[in-house]
Amino acid sequence: MAKINLIIEGIPYEVEAGLTVLEAARLCGYEIPTLCAFNHGECNRGSCRVCLVEVQEGRKNDAGEVMYGPQRLVASCVYPITPDMKVIISSPKATAARRASVELLLSNHSMKCQQCDKNEKCELLHVAKITGAREDMFLGTQTETTYDDVTPSIVRDTSKCVLCGRCVARCANAHGDGVLTFQNRGFKTIIGPAQNRTFDKAPCIMCGQCINVCPTGALMEKNDIAKVDAAMASGKYVVVQTAPAVRAALGEEFGMKIGTPVTGKMVAALRRLGFKKVFDTNFAADLTIMEEATELLGRIKNGGKLPMITSCSPGWVNYAEIRYNDLLGHLSSCKSPHEMMGSVLKHFWAEKAGIKAEDLFVVSVMPCSSKKYEADREQLKTRGLKDVDAVLTTRELGRLIKRSGINFVKLPDEEFDMDLIGEYTGAGVIFGVTGGVMEAAVRTAHFVLTGKEIEGVKFEAARGFDGIKEASLDLNGQTINIAVAHGMKNAKVLLDQIRAGESKYHFIEIMGCPGGCINGGGQPYVRECFLPNEDADILDTYKAKRAAALYSEDERQTVRQSHNNPQIKALYEQFLGEPNSHLAHELLHTEYVARVPFPEN
Amino acid sequence: MAHLSDAAVAKINEICDRYADERTPLMMILSDIQKEYGYIPLEVQELVSAKTGVSVAEIYGVVTFYSFFSLKPKGKYIIGVCLGTACYVKGAQQVIDKFSEILKIAPGETTEDGLFTIDALRCIGACGIAPAVSINGKVYPKVEVKAIPGIIEELRAEGGANA
Repeated sequence: MAKINLIIEGIPYEVEAGLTVLEAARLCGYEIPTLCAFNHGECNRGSCRVCLVEVQEGRKNDAGEVMYGPQRLVASCVYPITPDMKVIISSPKATAARRASVELLLSNHSMKCQQCDKNEKCELLHVAKITGAREDMFLGTQTETTYDDVTPSIVRDTSKCVLCGRCVARCANAHGDGVLTFQNRGFKTIIGPAQNRTFDKAPCIMCGQCINVCPTGALMEKNDIAKVDAAMASGKYVVVQTAPAVRAALGEEFGMKIGTPVTGKMVAALRRLGFKKVFDTNFAADLTIMEEATELLGRIKNGGKLPMITSCSPGWVNYAEIRYNDLLGHLSSCKSPHEMMGSVLKHFWAEKAGIKAEDLFVVSVMPCSSKKYEADREQLKTRGLKDVDAVLTTRELGRLIKRSGINFVKLPDEEFDMDLIGEYTGAGVIFGVTGGVMEAAVRTAHFVLTGKEIEGVKFEAARGFDGIKEASLDLNGQTINIAVAHGMKNAKVLLDQIRAGESKYHFIEIMGCPGGCINGGGQPYVRECFLPNEDADILDTYKAKRAAALYSEDERQTVRQSHNNPQIKALYEQFLGEPNSHLAHELLHTEYVARVPFPEN
Repeated sequence: MAHLSDAAVAKINEICDRYADERTPLMMILSDIQKEYGYIPLEVQELVSAKTGVSVAEIYGVVTFYSFFSLKPKGKYIIGVCLGTACYVKGAQQVIDKFSEILKIAPGETTEDGLFTIDALRCIGACGIAPAVSINGKVYPKVEVKAIPGIIEELRAEGGANA
């Protein structure tokens, strides 16, 4: 790569050609405040004008001397560097311009910061602090706003939107067919689904990737802490379960390095929050594998619909119901693990524990905004009771812990409750990362078909962050072709193959979010400006770091295959009979419905 | 897409096919649809999305950005009042206000009988005959406020007769 010499703040530097002024300055150790520039140009519209700097471009004359042009303000996030360029960040003109940009954004912003859930993680407040912006500098008319809290998952409050366009870019990048758009023009511009519809009336899959990139509180998960408070106050028997990906990221809410597994402290915190029992959803992940692997082998044996596709990710299920509802027969009928857990808790465990099923209140802590929507589905009621009563995201759990005065970092490590249900294997843990469900299923399918465990336990072909991963297995003379996709943009490729009748696969794992649950729409925000102690390339590496935390937990387990979980075996012996039995179908399986992208408004 | 007739679906598909070889055909497709039907509702955007692979969200953004495109049907007569600088200083604001007052609609809206739409235009390049009004392509020069009831009556008579 060619190098370019340029002068930043009077100091000469040599950087790679092809960068923007903002990227070059960042590499040289300067932080130019910005809101819209995000993640290596994933969003780079130059829309927020917060990153203004002065530049002077140089050109060599015939004598080889560098002659400089006029000094002028440019948006550094979209302005390319040129040889011998002078970049001035700290001049009075540049600092005043950046401050004015932020003040203009603040003039059209709802300033209810104290009651905003984004407080502390708000990038607008961050750049306001850096630039010294005053919130009352420009007072006047404000754009008409929309507040959409209709769905259980996502709240859109355009009074806090700075029109940076990150959400628009992320939605389209993750899912190909974006749902969010800039609409109208000039001062009337807002971001939302077409026709400014609510999310339930648009082809939104509730994945929450837009929440993860929003610099302000304009897109947030719906806060369900009050639901949990009410259940605790009502005297119900409130239990909690946590998804695998939560333990890989919760520590970040308390300043711990990304990729620090905090399983023990998380359990300790949940006990201190008043939950009567703290279960691991991993137990139900093992149960899912038993049901799903049996379903798959049954479909292969009996000529059922193939490929079979996993159904753990509610974002993906939403996408299938809206965009590919001709293929719903390909989805496994298995409920997602936390729903299975809720069902088993209410209709098996409760009785053993001497509690009435209707007095049991099940809270799930999930890395996911879509799980909130899932838990409200009519199809996920068993015997008239919701399987899961409330869903909190990893971020909400962080808030709840802080609110309760718990010093998370100093907590001791405690163990999950494991009476009758709750024991889990390494196979369950890796559900939280793309390829994990596939790997767990392969470990069990291998055993069922060959009578032997997979050599070395691991199934490397399913690991890593390639958009689509595929492999072929020879199991006792039977070839099984599998594929793994994450993010709907990648999934679409595999789905179009099925539609065209050209799919060679038997089993496909699809996760809604890029990277799987570790990067779910309910996980802690990853923002360089709030992570001074992380590596400079944290935006590229955080997924792998969180994934490594889960793989290391898998390695630590003595039992690493779902079918070897002793409590799972006991559950089938004492209660369910066998996988896919009549009772298992009643409690652990579900149905899907075809939906249209834009229902009548 | 229940609201679209088979004929309309076929026509829109045909319009999309006209630009099948273009790299970025969206503007041309939308422009042709706007000319053909006078508006581009969401059902049509869904159809264009399915044909072109551009998301409905993006198409909707484009349709609402350009004032040339319309989401709702426009009237039989589109009264474009120029509010460019020259027309404005010659009293165009009073002209558009008078149209609004008589037709009881704001600029951008269409009368209930579907006969009239008022559009506020920026300079249409007819500064020499300011204030200018353009109705379905016919330009009315030096429009005086007191002449407006007559213009409307004339169109009403013509439009009503043809209806």
